[in-house]
Amino acid sequence: MNSLDRLAQYLVTGITQGSIYAMTALGFTIIYNATTIINFAQGEFVMLGAMLAITFTTVLHMPLWLAFPLSVAVITLLGGLVYGAALAPMRSPSPIKLIIVTVGCSIFLKGVAMLIWGKEALTLTSFSGDEPIKMGNVVMVPQHLWVILILLISVLGLNIFYTRTITGKAMRACASNPRAAGLMGIDVHRMTLFTWALSGALGAAAGVVIAPLTMMGYHMGTMLGLKGFCAAIFGGLGSNIGAIAGGVLIGILENLGAGYISSSLKDAFAFVIMLLVLFVRPSGLVGTKEIERV
Amino acid sequence: MVLVAIAAALLPKALTNQYYLTVFIIIGIQAILVVGLNLLMGYAGQISLGHAAFYALGAYFSGVLTAIHHWNPWSAALVAAVATALMALIVGIPTLKLEGHYLAMATLGIGIIIQKLIEEFSGITGGNNGLTNIPGISLRGFELNTDLRFYYFVWVIVIVLTALSIHLIHSRVGRACRAIHSSRLAAHHMGVNVQKIKVQIFVLSAVYASIAGSLYGHYQRYLDPGSFGFGLSIQLVVMVVLGGLGNVWGGILGAAIINLLTEYISKFTEYGPVIFGLILIVMVLFMPKGIAGLAGRLGNLIPRLREGKAS
Repeated sequence: MNSLDRLAQYLVTGITQGSIYAMTALGFTIIYNATTIINFAQGEFVMLGAMLAITFTTVLHMPLWLAFPLSVAVITLLGGLVYGAALAPMRSPSPIKLIIVTVGCSIFLKGVAMLIWGKEALTLTSFSGDEPIKMGNVVMVPQHLWVILILLISVLGLNIFYTRTITGKAMRACASNPRAAGLMGIDVHRMTLFTWALSGALGAAAGVVIAPLTMMGYHMGTMLGLKGFCAAIFGGLGSNIGAIAGGVLIGILENLGAGYISSSLKDAFAFVIMLLVLFVRPSGLVGTKEIERV
Repeated sequence: MVLVAIAAALLPKALTNQYYLTVFIIIGIQAILVVGLNLLMGYAGQISLGHAAFYALGAYFSGVLTAIHHWNPWSAALVAAVATALMALIVGIPTLKLEGHYLAMATLGIGIIIQKLIEEFSGITGGNNGLTNIPGISLRGFELNTDLRFYYFVWVIVIVLTALSIHLIHSRVGRACRAIHSSRLAAHHMGVNVQKIKVQIFVLSAVYASIAGSLYGHYQRYLDPGSFGFGLSIQLVVMVVLGGLGNVWGGILGAAIINLLTEYISKFTEYGPVIFGLILIVMVLFMPKGIAGLAGRLGNLIPRLREGKAS
């Protein structure tokens, strides 16, 4: 395989994995925009979406077209539940309390996943088979295309939701200025609940679509969450486009790094990129929010 | 303070089984970690999700320098502390300018990476096969080679470091922290260099962890990367929250409770994460001052009851 093919191959894997990071990063971003909370359990939403889909298809023998939406629906509810049970009741929220609680949720969900599904990584059957698609010397499987498709659908769906529906516009209003939104009659609590639910949906969809490619185990949520966060920072926390760009770019850079530099340090690349971004340009690629604090 | 010292001193007499001494040595070592982390979480209001990394750095620097290069344990521990401080600076300086979750994620990442690096560079660290033959410590010829001797050694260090923390809290730095807590903006305008203080406390908490790590290495005489993972980092956070954020004694209490629970409840390892997650959520929502805080409040009730009776 010549070097151009090798590069192309890394790009394919990179864009695919990057799409998952992008969707995870989007989940972080929409919650951050609405509440300035970082949801440390975001990675767990992705993991649980996948695990549910696996159980639905393998144990309950549901067909995929049912299992996929059902898994997403359950995690959507879970997202709302996390907000309702762990965050809304907080009497005097402070940044550190919020972090501890979302970390607590993350650990709790991880623990529950370990109890239910055990310690092994499980696999989901590919959506439309494993017949390799060859483009020159670069090999892909249909699942790669599914991942990119789901990303595109999610992005388009979010866009339409936020710009064309009343609820979406209400959520944007809350994100922009909660007090003003409240004064206009928008139920801020409800909108926040929806935001968390939406974030759950995004995460779950990402999880289900990547599971056939990478397998999914109870512990994989943490790494996905971390990388998704790195992607959100890289793109510029607070920007949806930034999150997507950041995710895809990190996926690509990570795979290039693994291929050309060292595969055992692959997981470190996303993190090193984040540190570099924080050193050099903390507002990230797109950089909308002023984040330097006293 | 004196009470704790007396309790710690008398404890070995009360223990029936020599094995429990080991448990309390580990509690002591982890108490050092937790007191340091508490300074960061309770006073600087930041959170580190990767403190096990600093613990590991301390342990491995000490271990490698003494076991393989035959350094003196005291110099090795010093070098370990310096190296750990440097690492904390690298992570802390860019992230502490920003909101708390940046440090949280950065430390999460550091925790994972350090553990991976230790596994990868097995030539130096022994990787997953472990680092063996770490020598014990001796104080001018007095060898700390029994559990009893090591127990007292560790707990003396715990008391010293805890006293240091209390001193710090009552000093300029501590008051600056409390100012930051009340109003970052006001503190800034009063001349408090907010970022510098946050970084200083972060580095200090890392050094505490490094000291604990060096002690651990010289006690176990053996290290393996598996004990320094994300699970431990979370356990430390749980200990801080359980004991009480910002309560120095809470740190020791938290370390003791979690370790004793793990010892006595064998199913703890399986249900651990679920329980830890619940502890974190429930404590923050309902008992932010932790168990030590609860004890404090109960302590206040007694004089009030007496007053009630008098009138």
